[in-house]
Amino acid sequence: MDYGNNRKAWLYLLPALAFLLVFMVYPLVDVCIYAVEERFNFASQTYTGIGLYNFSYVLHDPFFLQAVKNTFILVLITVPLSTGLALLISVGLSSIERLQRLYQTVFFLPYVTNTLAVGLVFMILFKPTEYSPGLVNTLLAAFGVSPVDFIEGPYWAKMLVMCLYTVWVVMPFKILILTSALASVNRDYYNAARVDGSSKWRIFTRITLPMISPTVFYLIITGFIGAFKAYSDEVAIFGTNLNESGMNTIVGYVYDMLYGNSGGYPSFASAAALILFMIVFTVTVINLTVSRTSD
Amino acid sequence: MKQANDYTRIERTARRRETARKSVTYFLLSLWALIVLFPFYWMVLSSLKSPGAYNSERSPVFFTASPTLENYGTAFTGVPLSRYFTNTLIFTLATVAVMLIVIILAAYAFSRLEFRGKNALFSFFLAMMMIPNELVVTTNFVTITSWNMRNTFWGLILPSVTSIFYIYLLKENFEQVPDELYKAAKVDGTSDLKYLFTVLLPICRPTVVTVVILKIIECWNSYVWPRLITDEQAYFLVSNGIQELRENGFGRENIPAMMAAVVVVSAPLIVLFLLFRGKIMEGVSRGGTKG
Repeated sequence: MDYGNNRKAWLYLLPALAFLLVFMVYPLVDVCIYAVEERFNFASQTYTGIGLYNFSYVLHDPFFLQAVKNTFILVLITVPLSTGLALLISVGLSSIERLQRLYQTVFFLPYVTNTLAVGLVFMILFKPTEYSPGLVNTLLAAFGVSPVDFIEGPYWAKMLVMCLYTVWVVMPFKILILTSALASVNRDYYNAARVDGSSKWRIFTRITLPMISPTVFYLIITGFIGAFKAYSDEVAIFGTNLNESGMNTIVGYVYDMLYGNSGGYPSFASAAALILFMIVFTVTVINLTVSRTSD
Repeated sequence: MKQANDYTRIERTARRRETARKSVTYFLLSLWALIVLFPFYWMVLSSLKSPGAYNSERSPVFFTASPTLENYGTAFTGVPLSRYFTNTLIFTLATVAVMLIVIILAAYAFSRLEFRGKNALFSFFLAMMMIPNELVVTTNFVTITSWNMRNTFWGLILPSVTSIFYIYLLKENFEQVPDELYKAAKVDGTSDLKYLFTVLLPICRPTVVTVVILKIIECWNSYVWPRLITDEQAYFLVSNGIQELRENGFGRENIPAMMAAVVVVSAPLIVLFLLFRGKIMEGVSRGGTKG
């Protein structure tokens, strides 16, 4: 092998490698060290021992348990809901010809918006103003529902807003991916089925769904991973003090431990981040196993 | 005669059923379009209402007879919104520029150069793609703090300039360019660097543009890292500025001015999207996340 070329290649790779080592590989090792250093003091850089105390602290912290509960509810509601809804919309979208591009463009809009900014719009849609109960409550009143404070009120109301906003935010990606998957199904299958006189529903369940099932599984897996990492959408709606509003997520807990009013505990943050990673990893492995056995 | 009648009747019901199905489809699609667009409409509408009119509404008003631009003035004078804008612009441009250098060189090495351990190293890069940001953020925060880079642009930029996925995308694209071009360039005595910038990059421009646009969107929306690394308003990006404005600024009582700020912050990306609609959607379907 040409030695000069060898050296040149490493020179080309140097910047990427340097950034990767400093900001990815070293932190990965470091996070495990932080997580086992007990009673680590940020100011004096000292700790009392090595052990699993940080994990036990985090797992007994009511704020963390609340965050885990919130995250799981969010994941279990939004992933099936958004995937199903996206499937419905994509099927509708690929069955029409006129205005298809327009609809596609509109549906994709939430992807390119700043989640913090649009989250504020969602907040004011649900939030009462000085003399009115807010837009959503006014609409609900038409159906005889009494007004609820969706932003500072009962837990389920806040959870509802959180889930709705999450679904609104994740839909564009799912619709886009599903529409292109549907477009790539070979037309011949449909024509053959139509000659056989199969009903639309039968064509959908027997041809379309099996053909796009790898895409659906891909979306479910990325959906789970994304929803487990929810954080900035919640900040947008409920503000930065998520513990106070009871709407924190696991990622939010990690950042709160690191920085802010309750911050300064990198050990607890690391332990929580590792727990999150283990949860996401386990769920992804389960997902992959299910998708493989169903093939 | 009777048979012909049956036939037309069957055809008519079939056509009617088809029309009904179409109408339901269009209705449902329009319903979702309404749900998507309504927040945008409400945001623009609220930004045009005068604060007094907004606060004294007994029930929400769906249009305004006397639109005013005063909220936009308040948004820019009440908080250093133009400062946040400039910061975000600098941050975005610098990140994209540094990232391009890093990933183009790396992608070139992986696609065109031969060296020992290439496959192993590439597998290692791919494995790193699975590491979530949350896992490395603690140490990066400590690193940047110990380098005294909090509240600096470098502190904001450095951790986000490598993107393995974009290296992967570019490498795939570079490999599609025929070997003959490279050999011809070598025969002519062209250096690798010159070949890369005068031959390869112009050919692969579409992919580069896609990567740039996706990164711009990512930078414009980034919130978590900037929040950790900046606590001086002078270095806030738009996301942090919006959040700050909502919690400690005029956002608490002056919703219309807050919505004006939201419009200003959202507009650039929407314009970018309308200009590069095809590129963005294609790029996201090849390599987007978020969802």
